[in-house]
Amino acid sequence: MIVAIAVLGGLALIFGLLLGYAGVRFKVEGDPVVDQIDALLPQQQCGKCGYPGCRPYAEGIVKGEADINQCSPGGKVGMLALAALLDREPKPLSSEHGVEQAQMLAEIDELNCIGCTLCIQACPVDAILGAPKHMHTVIAQECTGCELCVAPCPVDCIKMVPIPEAVKTWKWPYPGVQSTPEYSPCDN
Amino acid sequence: MTEYLLIFISTVLVNNFVLVKFLGLCPFMSVSTKLETAMGMGLATTFVLTLSSVCSYLVNEYLLVPLGLEFLRTIAFILVIAVLVQFTEIVVHKTSPLLYQILGIFLPLITTNCAVLGVALLNIQEKHGFIESAIYGFGAAIGFSLVLVLFAAMRERLAVADVPLVFKGAPITLITAGIMSMAFMGFSGL
Repeated sequence: MIVAIAVLGGLALIFGLLLGYAGVRFKVEGDPVVDQIDALLPQQQCGKCGYPGCRPYAEGIVKGEADINQCSPGGKVGMLALAALLDREPKPLSSEHGVEQAQMLAEIDELNCIGCTLCIQACPVDAILGAPKHMHTVIAQECTGCELCVAPCPVDCIKMVPIPEAVKTWKWPYPGVQSTPEYSPCDN
Repeated sequence: MTEYLLIFISTVLVNNFVLVKFLGLCPFMSVSTKLETAMGMGLATTFVLTLSSVCSYLVNEYLLVPLGLEFLRTIAFILVIAVLVQFTEIVVHKTSPLLYQILGIFLPLITTNCAVLGVALLNIQEKHGFIESAIYGFGAAIGFSLVLVLFAAMRERLAVADVPLVFKGAPITLITAGIMSMAFMGFSGL
């Protein structure tokens, strides 16, 4: 009985020490702050902040290269969430990085589309479906409304339409933060 | 040498753990919806199964048997397997982020896979030696992966096939698994 307890306890102790050692020895150096900032960003990958995507922008904020007010799709709420997370002074969104607007959706005028695939190459989230010399279309569920496909279109057949707010399309405003009384996400 | 080859062939095909011994059915059903995930799971299981059958053999042979503690086998093996899986996860996470991404959640999932414990216990039951245990574990894992990949490929095709409404989803999956199991019974004639 005592031998059994000792053996099992000893085995558990050795394994515990092994795992503890492995945990320290093979520790993965991640930057949890980048992950936290990335989670607050809207993930549109629009590049309006001057970085190629949301994660590079998050890394830029951590390195001190970027300010917290450069994400216009995230809007005022997003900026306030970032300020709260990083314990910095909130500041108004900088005008050079676009203006805050409602969530949009790209729509291709399919009659005018010539099938040049330029918008497909521009789309950061692969939300446009099509092939050379065939009509393209936008997968509405994937589109983040980043507007990057509008400029490359040679025949100007892409336009941004606001998503009508219906029971099925309504969701919590980005980013998913608790609204405070003075900065309720509903009043902007 | 022939003896080892025999053990290998027999565990992969004739006594396949999933389709003949019916062990490890939960990943067989749940991780087989996509071919890539099935491959990832197969890879992770192969690694853990081979290692755990060797380690549990060592624990049994040099710790439990000399002290007359054979009745602790099950709990000791569970301990060994759990630690092994955790250790593998930590090391893989550090050394190869790419592999970690592929294996991902499957590694912890293997801890509770009954095939892993089954192999360890069957090794003792069939009085396998060190190398035999390793080959038995490796063969069992290869058999598991083979079946998992085959089944996943079938399910990928089933997903787009025109299945009668009453059979859609789980029923056709179970029927397929049953037919596969029957097909593997054919190997018992080898």
